[in-house]
Amino acid sequence: MDTKAPIIENAFGISWLTFDLSNVLMIALASLIVFVFATLACRNLQMKPTGIQNFMEWIVDFVKGIISDAMDYRTGRYFLPLALTLILFIFVSNVLGMVTVIVIDDVSWWKSPTADPGVTLTLAGMIIILSHYYGIKMKGSKEYLLDYVRPVAFMLPFNIIGEFTRTLTLGLRLFGNMFAGGILTGVILEMASGGFTNVLGATIPMLAWSVMSLFIAGIQAFIFTVLSMVYISNKISD
Amino acid sequence: MANFNIGDSLVALFFFVLLLVLLRKFAWGPLLKMMQQREEYVAKEIEEAEKNRKEAEVASKEAVAQLTQAREEAQQIIEEARNAGVKQEQDIIQSAQQEAERLIEEAQKNIQHEKEKAIQALQDQVASLSVLIASKVIEKELSDVDQEKLINEYIKEVGEER
Repeated sequence: MDTKAPIIENAFGISWLTFDLSNVLMIALASLIVFVFATLACRNLQMKPTGIQNFMEWIVDFVKGIISDAMDYRTGRYFLPLALTLILFIFVSNVLGMVTVIVIDDVSWWKSPTADPGVTLTLAGMIIILSHYYGIKMKGSKEYLLDYVRPVAFMLPFNIIGEFTRTLTLGLRLFGNMFAGGILTGVILEMASGGFTNVLGATIPMLAWSVMSLFIAGIQAFIFTVLSMVYISNKISD
Repeated sequence: MANFNIGDSLVALFFFVLLLVLLRKFAWGPLLKMMQQREEYVAKEIEEAEKNRKEAEVASKEAVAQLTQAREEAQQIIEEARNAGVKQEQDIIQSAQQEAERLIEEAQKNIQHEKEKAIQALQDQVASLSVLIASKVIEKELSDVDQEKLINEYIKEVGEER
């Protein structure tokens, strides 16, 4: 299980710019899958929905439910595309990691992009920054700033710390689940790699874990979206 | 194993934003528009159905009212016809009675008339018969002397009357 990441340091001659090529590839792949799937599913839309269109509309209604649970849907409507993209992107990213693990010459090429803290923290940070942006935009900067001293003034430092912990918990929750899932998948695959009997022995845990990890992938995508909407709602609601 | 790489962050952000923009244009936009359209369509259809139902209700009420009216009219016509029939019956009976009375009266008149005529004829007959009988009796019993005497008497009487 000692795999290395295909890391490129000092990319383009910039000292602080580091890429993990497997992450880059997996993010691109996840984005491509989501884009192709959603675009194909939303082609040829009918008044009477059939097949895949029903599924897409079910997703839309589901995410609508998430948003209207968190905030007033009249303002929440605005975040529907964001929430939809978020839930699909995270779900596909999560599932990608459990399809398989590809390790070539001790270098891990195929894993969940969400099993990397950098990626999940980026998404979480993006959501938190968006929540601040919309908070200022929809309530005005005065109300936005006053929210830091609510309900009482001495809450100011806790509120500021809270913003960082939110980012950290939002990102690291997803990362932790997916990272652990990836490790467990890797362990089970290692069990299977010893010979025929080992393959037989690893089959049942692998099947069980596949079902479980699919469940976790859905749950984590759902939780991330719900919390994103709740955080945004916290900032924009009066 | 899990390092925080600035490059990954940038890539993730770039791809996510790109995905968001593209999906908004190619997937969510059209899908949401279609759902909105359907919502409006359904609302319109429901409204239409509601309107049609109301219209149908009104029409059905009207039909019921008309039916009731027609039934009443029919009842009235039947009643009138029955009344007319009864009246006609009475008229016929009355005129028949009158006719019968008239006929009876006429017949009685006729009978009276005939009776009178018969009585008249009988009286005439009786008169002529009695004259005949009288003349027969006189003829038999009057002698020549008496006849002479009677004639003279008559002549005398006639002469006195003058």
